[in-house]
Amino acid sequence: MSCNSGTCESGCYREEYSGDDVRHNRPLVTGNSQESNGVSSRGGYSNSHGLCIKCKVNETIASTHQSVAAGGGDSIRFCADCFRSNLFGKFRFAVTSNAMISPSDNVLVAFSGGPGSRVALQFVHEMQHKSQKNFDASRDRSLPVFGVGVAYIDESIIFPIPSNDFDSGLDEMKLIVSSLAPPAKQFFVVPTESIYSPDCAAGRDQLTKLASAVNDVTGKEDLLEHLRMLSLQKIATENGYAKIVLGTCTSRIACHVLEATIKGQGFSLSADIQYVDARWEIPVMLPLRDCLSEELNTLCSLDSLKTIEVFQQPRSGINGLIASFVKLLQHENPSRESTIVRTAGKLTPFCFNRIPEVGHDNGHLASQRRQKKYNLKPNESLPPESFCIICNSPLKKSGNTIFNDLDDGETRAAAACSSCQYQILPRDLSSLEYFYSLLPQSMCARARDSSISHELLRDQIQDCLLSDSNDGT
Amino acid sequence: MASEVVDATAAKPRGGRFCTVCNDRRPALKRPKTLEQICKECFYAVFEDEIHRVIVDNHLFKPGERIAIGASGGKDSTVLAYVLSELNIRHGYGLDLFLLSIDEGITGYRDDSLETVKRNEIQYGLPLKVVSYKELYGWTMDEIVKLIGLKNNCTFCGVFRRQALDRGAALLKVDKLVTGHNADDIAETVLLNILRGDIARLSRCTSITTGEDGPIPRCKPFKYTYEKEIVMYAYFKRLDYFSTECIYSPNAYRGFAREFIKDLERIRPRAILDIIKSGEDFRISTSTKMPEQGNCERCGYISSQKWCKACVLLEGLNRGLPKLGIGRTRGLNNESNKDMKETNGTKGLQSKQCGTLDF
Repeated sequence: MSCNSGTCESGCYREEYSGDDVRHNRPLVTGNSQESNGVSSRGGYSNSHGLCIKCKVNETIASTHQSVAAGGGDSIRFCADCFRSNLFGKFRFAVTSNAMISPSDNVLVAFSGGPGSRVALQFVHEMQHKSQKNFDASRDRSLPVFGVGVAYIDESIIFPIPSNDFDSGLDEMKLIVSSLAPPAKQFFVVPTESIYSPDCAAGRDQLTKLASAVNDVTGKEDLLEHLRMLSLQKIATENGYAKIVLGTCTSRIACHVLEATIKGQGFSLSADIQYVDARWEIPVMLPLRDCLSEELNTLCSLDSLKTIEVFQQPRSGINGLIASFVKLLQHENPSRESTIVRTAGKLTPFCFNRIPEVGHDNGHLASQRRQKKYNLKPNESLPPESFCIICNSPLKKSGNTIFNDLDDGETRAAAACSSCQYQILPRDLSSLEYFYSLLPQSMCARARDSSISHELLRDQIQDCLLSDSNDGT
Repeated sequence: MASEVVDATAAKPRGGRFCTVCNDRRPALKRPKTLEQICKECFYAVFEDEIHRVIVDNHLFKPGERIAIGASGGKDSTVLAYVLSELNIRHGYGLDLFLLSIDEGITGYRDDSLETVKRNEIQYGLPLKVVSYKELYGWTMDEIVKLIGLKNNCTFCGVFRRQALDRGAALLKVDKLVTGHNADDIAETVLLNILRGDIARLSRCTSITTGEDGPIPRCKPFKYTYEKEIVMYAYFKRLDYFSTECIYSPNAYRGFAREFIKDLERIRPRAILDIIKSGEDFRISTSTKMPEQGNCERCGYISSQKWCKACVLLEGLNRGLPKLGIGRTRGLNNESNKDMKETNGTKGLQSKQCGTLDF
């Protein structure tokens, strides 16, 4: 019943919905930077003088930095300084308007070696550095400087890397972190398996068994991502960090929107894509949410921010298919990623998508006022009844229980979302119980104490019960 | 391309002996939705039964209702007509079924598919009504394309068809309209609305019944039926349908979504249903501003603006302004246009108020 694709002539939908983002002139999608100072065929913008459109003084990046990847629009529109300050401005705005970092916080930056987390690390450092300078210059030293730590989760047990590459990659990382001082930053290199126990061998064994129990390629990749978050949470809790910062950018979020949609996780999607995710013990922040991967790549090129190629894993399965799809769409229309994220941004977030207002001192009222308030209806602002034990996504309604677990005589009901049930968990009950035994303790702890909910149920019907005992005798 | 996923059922040796449902007959096919090996008879049974369940669980019909089946002569509507009349008898829905076909006036395409629908009328014993753009609007798609070219022609056709179906349904005095939109279509639409930023449409596009507050409610019994399975059903049952693409079909943006879903189906067939599930579960605020519903000043059809889109487009055609109503123009709705242009003597029908058609 749908329109069939044929040769391109009509842009009917494009005509109607082309005015996506007025800020973005449709840039020339060309790899040839020599042409970029000419007239743009779309949007009609002409930058024939090669001057920054913002300050109108300096030359554009395409002129001053020929070797920087001509990533579309920005290098022909902005000079290096304006580009950099624009990008940092987006970061800073995200941090302040969401009250992400308080002066008394220690913040853990997750560093994968990729451009996103490299820029996040750089920007957080610059913010800290400035804060330190202000502190040193001030007389009363009233406002403390927040602390920064860096963490890399080593997943080589599942995705092996040749040991030479691994060692040199790690050395480069250590060099990067040590160069971002003062103030000095702790650097944690933690293998995924340490989430089980301090004993490396036992942890490695259990993790390997867990990974091999998952048949679906996408499921395995996603499971590892969930374990990555658990590892970060563990490092943060054990070392006194109050917040975790991820370098997740617009492009990555656009992919996640499609991934969640395709896996049937439409309900929980809005929880994952906000600036703040406080359902975890240590809240997670996404200050680069408004930055495109293209912009981050350009900045890394411009400022020679080193990225560790060898640690970057290409995505496979469904995730890989989506990554190439989004790349194709972005090539066809450079504002597509932003549009996807903006659309998904209109979905109602959850009550935990903001910094919990616990014991804020009066000194931080200003940032509290600026914090975005969501107009949640009464039933939407209630915390969800349960979360998936694997991916921690809020579950829509009860009835997702996969089984009941007897733990020291207390029954706990483990629930999982339909996506994890399909792609991660095994089908039959006996394999399921074995699988459950392989999960790290921090996941099992999510199983809801079912005796509590049973009590709650009883309270609701108490007045109609004829017998005192649970089975009605 | 993404790496292969070994699905447990697909790993079974090919030519496994028996149908997994009846365990009696030899399997004739692998079911696209579940990849299980199944014989023809069991496939018919499970295909028809799933549709019956959708109809019952979603309360699509009431006994005694008159139902128009939007029939293009293509595979979806042919299978829909066939299955619906089957189930109507088998399960005693008590429905009065009709075929409603729209003649857009596309030579070499629609005239051929209309022949198919005429044959369906005889084959399935369902009365047929054909409504043409020519008699409704005074223009055929051939004439429109000659005037405006191959850009935006789908916009015209889509807008005109929607109204044509409603008017045809009113002429037949039916209570509901059913269309053959299948799971693939709806999944594509969900993706499209995400890609294009249309949150309002996103909240509506997974509803199985739409337009309950309009002239004619429409429902989609094939909402959870895979396109591939519809083709398989038509193939094995040797149903008569017309299978060519519209000759004016463009590279609509939907093409991207379509290709992607085909790739997705290859790795994970259930993804199509998962997308629909996501669409149903999206947390969209119901206070999102919805357009005010009124009536077109010119023809009385339902409209959120002063003039309905069909009238705006028509005015553009009649005045030789092909861009009128296309894109984000202020356009006609801000002017009160009193003069009605000559349009090949069908003026009367154009200005007919909807009231006289007994909506």
